[in-house]
Amino acid sequence: MFPSVIELAGAVRAGSTTAAGALEQHLARVDAREGEIHAFNLVTADAARRDAAAIDAAVARGEDPGPLAGVPVALKDNLCTRGVPTTCSSRILEGWKPPYDATVVERLRRAGAVVVGKTNLDEFAMGSSTENSAFGPTRNPLDTSRVPGGSSGGSAAAVAAGFAAASLGSDTGGSIRQPAALCGLVGVKPTYGLVSRLGLVAFASSLDQIGPFTHTVADAALVLEVIAGHDPLDSTSLPSPVPPVRRAVDEGVAGMRIGRVSDLPEGSEPDVLARLDEAFAALERAGATIVDVAMPSMQYGLTAYYLVAPAEASSNLARYDGVRYGLRVEAGDLNATYAATRAAGFGAEVKRRIMLGTYALSAGYYDAYYGKALKVRRLIADDFAAAYASCDAILTPTSPSVAFPFGDKTSDPLAMYLCDVFTIPTNLAGHAAMSVPFRTGAHGLPVGVQVLAPALGEVAMFRVAGELERAA
Amino acid sequence: MAGADGGRSRRIGPDTVAKVARLARLDLAPDEAARMAEQLSGMLEHFADVDRLDLDGVEPLAQPLPLVNVMRDDVPAPCLDRDEVLAAAPAAEDGRFRVPPVVGFTE
Repeated sequence: MFPSVIELAGAVRAGSTTAAGALEQHLARVDAREGEIHAFNLVTADAARRDAAAIDAAVARGEDPGPLAGVPVALKDNLCTRGVPTTCSSRILEGWKPPYDATVVERLRRAGAVVVGKTNLDEFAMGSSTENSAFGPTRNPLDTSRVPGGSSGGSAAAVAAGFAAASLGSDTGGSIRQPAALCGLVGVKPTYGLVSRLGLVAFASSLDQIGPFTHTVADAALVLEVIAGHDPLDSTSLPSPVPPVRRAVDEGVAGMRIGRVSDLPEGSEPDVLARLDEAFAALERAGATIVDVAMPSMQYGLTAYYLVAPAEASSNLARYDGVRYGLRVEAGDLNATYAATRAAGFGAEVKRRIMLGTYALSAGYYDAYYGKALKVRRLIADDFAAAYASCDAILTPTSPSVAFPFGDKTSDPLAMYLCDVFTIPTNLAGHAAMSVPFRTGAHGLPVGVQVLAPALGEVAMFRVAGELERAA
Repeated sequence: MAGADGGRSRRIGPDTVAKVARLARLDLAPDEAARMAEQLSGMLEHFADVDRLDLDGVEPLAQPLPLVNVMRDDVPAPCLDRDEVLAAAPAAEDGRFRVPPVVGFTE
């Protein structure tokens, strides 16, 4: 229904449409529905109009502005944008203007993309519904009584509502894939290290990755190729060539081996499991072979993740102390100022995770919690290694349920955490994964199928994703 | 759950919450601390599911990359602009961050 990234960029480069015109169409939709959706923390319309005019001027001069020429994009508000407020949807960073651009932002701009705004998220990306934002929740454009998922709910909603043709999110335990599933979009969590994290505000550094939201698999492949690749300023950036994912989309799955997890954790809605079965059947019809794989440690991923991620977060978020940026609440000496600033600046979920992580790392408990979690993490990575000996990619649900109503899970943190049961293992292993919309489930809402692939297995992943899109 | 941790309670009391909050440099209101004790205890009880795994001899996995000791080429390059960085600070003076007293102050 909305023009794709590839269509827009193609038309702008060919001169058959203008970047300014494409931008105004998206901004008109923002004007019409943003009050209801609240996808954005900030809409940068003036800067976007200047950028779009510059793209059109370049085309008029006969220059090629790049593969994303004139494509309106939205950025999760934990991606640093020089001179433009970056809040992480937290009071503690309200009003902060970063002194540099994230590497992914530079790469998008260099490819001709036009940034339309910064999108809402669960505070510091901690959540699965975008209800934890200090600035209020984002609504699902497909049913505004329901959540868009999270934590990248604003980025998902912005694309689903046609406010931007593509957006970037970050995925620490499913924060791109789950909102993509709940909003009927394609969402990609690339291999750990494939996309530079420079300028992504850190949550859990060994798990965080940036990736795109789009309406189509081919669009996701294009955006991924633009943002991926080695960055000397990120020491966890892989010095490897970017997998050629764009040409994988139409390759088909003939001869591929697709893993079905025989001991999948329980608790999914029946419609979600039915769609998964149909997805396997579609791949088989297209020439793939389905093989059963065992993932006995998958069910323990939740425990490992909710110890490892808060532990890393408690360390990463120590930097919000009222000294170098953001909020300061003066209270006597330096330590009292730290504690008062953090008490006033962080929301309930962030405090909960800082406390959990600090506890798990503290003397006397380190071995029992953090140390044990790292061992479980190894078991999960070993499960994947064994599974990928017999298959090229694995299919699971992305989320156990379709989009749920507001307030459904806010009173019980563990119920919210269970949203991530299928997405978390990939982050722990550092592998690639994506969600592809595959028909609908309860209430006619979209269901996402998750495609998992080994580290740097993005070509296999996009072959499967392309086939699922054609079959959906 | 029987196992290595069989006898130890996973309940967290107010003293532990206060100690962890101090370590985390986080002031908690009394009602916040009570809720935190309840919620953290519930989570830790759920996390006891891994006690049924035999983890002896399993090598911990702290991060997924095969890379170690990564350094970039030793080439001079511009760094962040000092004034721009300090402009984002709550308080700055003479080209430095200004902070409350660190020593010599007692409550």
